Amino acid sequence: MGAIRSRLRGFAAAALSLGLVLGAAACSAEEPKSADGKTTITIQWFGSPGFDQAIKDFQSANPDIVVKSENRGQLRDFQPLLVQWLATGSTQLGDVIMMEEGTLLEFLQDPSKWTNLLDLGAGSLKDDYLPYKWENGFTADKSKLVGLGTDIGGLAMCYRSDLFAKAKLPTDREAVSKLWPTWEAYAEQGRTFKAANTGAAWIDSATSIMQPYIMQNSDTWFYDRDNNFILDSNPKVREAYNFGLKLASDGLTSKLVRWTPDWDAAFKNAAFATVPCAAWGTGVISERAGEAGKGKWDIATIPGGSGNWGGSYLAIPEQSTKKEAAYKLLTYLTGKDGHLAEFKEKGGMPSTIAALDDPTFANATNEYFSNAPVGKIFGASVKTLKPIYLGPKHQQLWENVLERAMQAAEKGDLSADAAFAKAVTDGRKLATG
Amino acid sequence: MTAHTGPPRRRSAAPYLYIAPFFVLFAAFGLFPLIYTAWVSLRDWRLVGGDRGFVGLDNYAEVLTDDRFWNALGNTFGLFLVATVPQLLIALWLANLLNRKLRLQTAFRMGVLLPNITSVAAVGIVFGFIFADRYGLVNWLLDLVGADVVDWRGSRGTAWFAISVMVDWRWIGYNALIYLAAMQAIPRDMYESAALDGASRARQFWRLTVPMIQPTILFTIIISTIGGMQLFTEPLLFNYGRIEGGPLGEYQTIAMYIYQRTFRGNTEYGYGAAMSWLLFAIIIAFALLNFSLVRRSVRGSST
Repeated sequence: MGAIRSRLRGFAAAALSLGLVLGAAACSAEEPKSADGKTTITIQWFGSPGFDQAIKDFQSANPDIVVKSENRGQLRDFQPLLVQWLATGSTQLGDVIMMEEGTLLEFLQDPSKWTNLLDLGAGSLKDDYLPYKWENGFTADKSKLVGLGTDIGGLAMCYRSDLFAKAKLPTDREAVSKLWPTWEAYAEQGRTFKAANTGAAWIDSATSIMQPYIMQNSDTWFYDRDNNFILDSNPKVREAYNFGLKLASDGLTSKLVRWTPDWDAAFKNAAFATVPCAAWGTGVISERAGEAGKGKWDIATIPGGSGNWGGSYLAIPEQSTKKEAAYKLLTYLTGKDGHLAEFKEKGGMPSTIAALDDPTFANATNEYFSNAPVGKIFGASVKTLKPIYLGPKHQQLWENVLERAMQAAEKGDLSADAAFAKAVTDGRKLATG
Repeated sequence: MTAHTGPPRRRSAAPYLYIAPFFVLFAAFGLFPLIYTAWVSLRDWRLVGGDRGFVGLDNYAEVLTDDRFWNALGNTFGLFLVATVPQLLIALWLANLLNRKLRLQTAFRMGVLLPNITSVAAVGIVFGFIFADRYGLVNWLLDLVGADVVDWRGSRGTAWFAISVMVDWRWIGYNALIYLAAMQAIPRDMYESAALDGASRARQFWRLTVPMIQPTILFTIIISTIGGMQLFTEPLLFNYGRIEGGPLGEYQTIAMYIYQRTFRGNTEYGYGAAMSWLLFAIIIAFALLNFSLVRRSVRGSST
């Protein structure tokens, strides 16, 4: 009796340990079920690309494909996951992946984990896209196309007309656009605005001018075309850096760090009068400034006239076993119909020429921004755009190195020269490491 | 019961199987990653870019000359001291209060644990608002009473203070409950005889309670050390999810730096593994040091 009981106990313990092992093993082997011959593909995205309606439309046109749409939070949460999944060949990795421009540029250095879209027939789509958007999806030797474009970030200057009225500046968007044909003129208006003592700053942060200023005035930033690190010798970057910090030392910036709760709250508190905004940024502003800001914001052209800030791509991992179906979805979402659906849903600006010219986009106005003709303003900013070479670690060099250093200088933690020297040292380490 | 008649060999298998689940799990999720990490740390391995082969101890040599590693290590120890010392002292005081006869005794005892079961991410986000530089609650209150507002992320000291508040808010209650459990095990009659001998409450606390629960204090110190060395989420969320810990890395901890080098930047898997191993060695050394120091003081005070 006792022997039987202890043997039973032994079995129980053995079964328990076996169960634990099997349980642990089972966690990593999940297969999407292909019931009744349908192919299930997974798309993983971050931020708010506005894919919902476009995916619904795609589903009804392709009943044999089931799309699983996974929201993966913010870019900074998704990118490390993506790196891990690709490195380990994880089954959690989807079939269509959204990548921010900067992320894509990093993967282009080691494109082996991604499918060549040219092999799936993407070559014929060349003329559909804005040239720079198309070019950026390629590896350096142009043999492999990794990503096709979703949105782009055409640039404008968003401003608060109520603060402008207070400072006795013109409030009409045409007249405001004429105030600042150049960045110098923009700084000049800033000084006039400051003299009027409205209690608000002219611009949110010194770092906000970097993207548009450099995009307009240089065709390189951190790297030359051979991927040498040139931050210390790129005159236009230093010029933009000095210009931004001059705005700060003149007391025109409100010294806020972008994407922090303080920055968010500053929109509600009308703490600054202007902010360079990309097409996707109109949503960023209306979310933060809220109902109280409706009709008080307006959109004028950006000093210098053109510019692009960010934008994303879709790509297919090499390990995907359903490339045909994935490619169908990818080309739908990055095609004219997909782009227009995404624009209607979340305001992402199309990167296909046909969608840009479509009245849905071209004649669009934004109610929140005093019915500003966003299609016209943002559309014009990218038509004259000169492509700039960004290079592999651009996004991190900007966000984690130069922008940080510039913020330290703006706050006065470091001198402008010391902060720049630090950015050069840290940047070189990152770029060549 | 007839268990003694069973064959002895059969009976001896069961205990091993009972404890097997722990060892199976430990081997899979503890030992294997440890050894695998050691192996990775000897290679120049990028998550993006692949394994570039064996490099011996190069990664370790690089870590030792990496000033950002030392900066992060200094921050980690600094934050550990700034957070843990007040944390354990307040926990001790709180446990002493809870050890008295109170109304709603259970409610209070459970209540102190509530911060600990709150999600650390939620704590981090809320404290991020409380310690926001411009529109934060603390600065608003400071402004209300006419004091100067504080640029919380602007300097090492203020950032460390804010992060420590976050850590302590979560862990004081937890440690207080552990102390309370130990205090309850002290026989009441010892206090009665101390009181008869004329010892005041404070004297009873320092001369009786504290020495009696010293093994528990040692336990909390070691647990806090391990937690403190691995501090990650609080400073990360304090800086709104930015891994660099301030413009000049003023509050980047070692765990954050490991993460940054491994999963961001050049995704240096091998380098991150080398740092992880050094962190492991540091934690062990530090725990042993603590252990010997506290044990010496236990002996010193009980003789």
